Amino acid sequence: MSGAPVIDARSLGLTYQTGDGPVLALQDVTLEVAKGEFVSFIGPSGCGKTTLLRVIADLEQPTSGEIRVNGMSPEAARRARAYGYVFQAAGLYPWRTIEKNVRLPLEIMSYSREEQAARVRRVLELVDLSGFERKFPWQLSGGMQQRASIARALAFDADILLMDEPFGALDEIVRDRLNEELLGLWDSTAKTIVFVTHSIPEAVFLSTKIVVMSPRPGRITDVIDSPLPRDRPLGIRDSAEFLKVAQRLREGLRAGDGGAD
Amino acid sequence: MPISRAAAAAAPVLSVVTVLLAVWYFAAVMLNSAWTLDRAERAEQAVGALELVADTLSQDRPRLPAPHQVAAEIWKTTVQKKITSKRSLVFHAWVTLSATLLGFAFGTALGVLLAVAIVHDRATDLSVMPWVIASQTIPILALAPMIIVVLNAAGISGLVPKAVISAYLSFFPVTVGMVAGFRSPAVHDIDLMKTYNANKTQVFWKLRLPASTPFLFPSLKVGIAASLVGAIVGELPTGAVAGLGARLLAGSYYGQTIQIWSALVVAALLAATLVSLIGSIERVVLARTGRAA
Repeated sequence: MSGAPVIDARSLGLTYQTGDGPVLALQDVTLEVAKGEFVSFIGPSGCGKTTLLRVIADLEQPTSGEIRVNGMSPEAARRARAYGYVFQAAGLYPWRTIEKNVRLPLEIMSYSREEQAARVRRVLELVDLSGFERKFPWQLSGGMQQRASIARALAFDADILLMDEPFGALDEIVRDRLNEELLGLWDSTAKTIVFVTHSIPEAVFLSTKIVVMSPRPGRITDVIDSPLPRDRPLGIRDSAEFLKVAQRLREGLRAGDGGAD
Repeated sequence: MPISRAAAAAAPVLSVVTVLLAVWYFAAVMLNSAWTLDRAERAEQAVGALELVADTLSQDRPRLPAPHQVAAEIWKTTVQKKITSKRSLVFHAWVTLSATLLGFAFGTALGVLLAVAIVHDRATDLSVMPWVIASQTIPILALAPMIIVVLNAAGISGLVPKAVISAYLSFFPVTVGMVAGFRSPAVHDIDLMKTYNANKTQVFWKLRLPASTPFLFPSLKVGIAASLVGAIVGELPTGAVAGLGARLLAGSYYGQTIQIWSALVVAALLAATLVSLIGSIERVVLARTGRAA
């Protein structure tokens, strides 16, 4: 974890103009993410965690402050295809088979046919979906669809993976397994991952750094550098260290929310 | 079990047909009885109920011909006539069908191109869309003779003017349907393309176009039926030489109600065939792209 930060935000602000007047979605957000980190944004709805992720991805434009991604503007980083984005809904195109969905970014980025086939095979293997190449999305369970969506984001050479509550709609058991697999992927691909969640155990289990956010206006209230080791079996969730981080997180969330909800 | 499934699909259709035929026979008796009673009164004869019904269903120029009379006329003018004969309904149906298909091709191409322009260019959306809608508020019956006269003056006659009228009616459902189809992708579908830095052409071919197929086929079904109406209307002001429209017009000149009705029934059968043909293509395409019809 050395060198220039992959994501470097300084006093970032974003104000939406709505019919009911301006809404402060993000205020004074300053954050550094180093290469190879696994960073989670956690907070109640309306805290701006998804907005912040979308600003990093150049899907929203900040109204004040400055942000660099890989040392460039988010737009330049997007144009350089610096990141893969996993949406809350798997968002697979229903008319494409799993294989062709994963192939989509490769087609757009004009990879050669052989390269496309090789990469699709490799990432589908990586997310344990070999054998489902010819299935259509509706033939797969929600968890499998989300895995295909992750494979799609991994198929091209982006060194950042942005994930917006990717497992939010899945049941506990599937979520646990996918969390474990995601850590494995992170370990083996050396990508920088930014992960939005509203689940405390998920954030603690996955992250090297946890960014606690609170709403009205959306801002960062705490940044926790996780003391947990990089190698994390599911059982670590019963360890004292894990529970301590979770406790600090819970208190941070409660304080930031001001007891409003 | 395909047979029982086909039977299950046919049963509701057949029962509706049966009801329609019953209503049709009843109406034929009611509408045609005046003439029978009138003639009997002048001949100072009494007419029994059975005689009355029998007569109303076998008149030469009934107000409303009975179904079996129409069926017999269609049989006579299709199977029993050479298709090159001017009295063959197959000949006339082909004349109308060729204009319908050509107009449908024009109309679909125009409709899709307009939709592409409307979706990609805000100025086109604002300037062209109102005209597209306005175009359909003008009665085609008023417009058709002018199209034919104008094109004729430009040296274009025969098939093309009719096809132009067909296209005029059929581009509209295609434009409206395809605009909705091209705009159907969800925000995150489009965001995904943005994260790949995809250009507009890629977004169109890889997202908007495939997303629009469920909208395309219903539009095409409406469009082809409208094309057929356009072709028939286009045949009316030409002086009625050939085509189903010509048969309708000639029939009404000479009070040949049976001829009118048989042309109408053939037009309806033609439309049903064309629409179900598109339905079959729809099922194949949707099944191949993972979406059951």
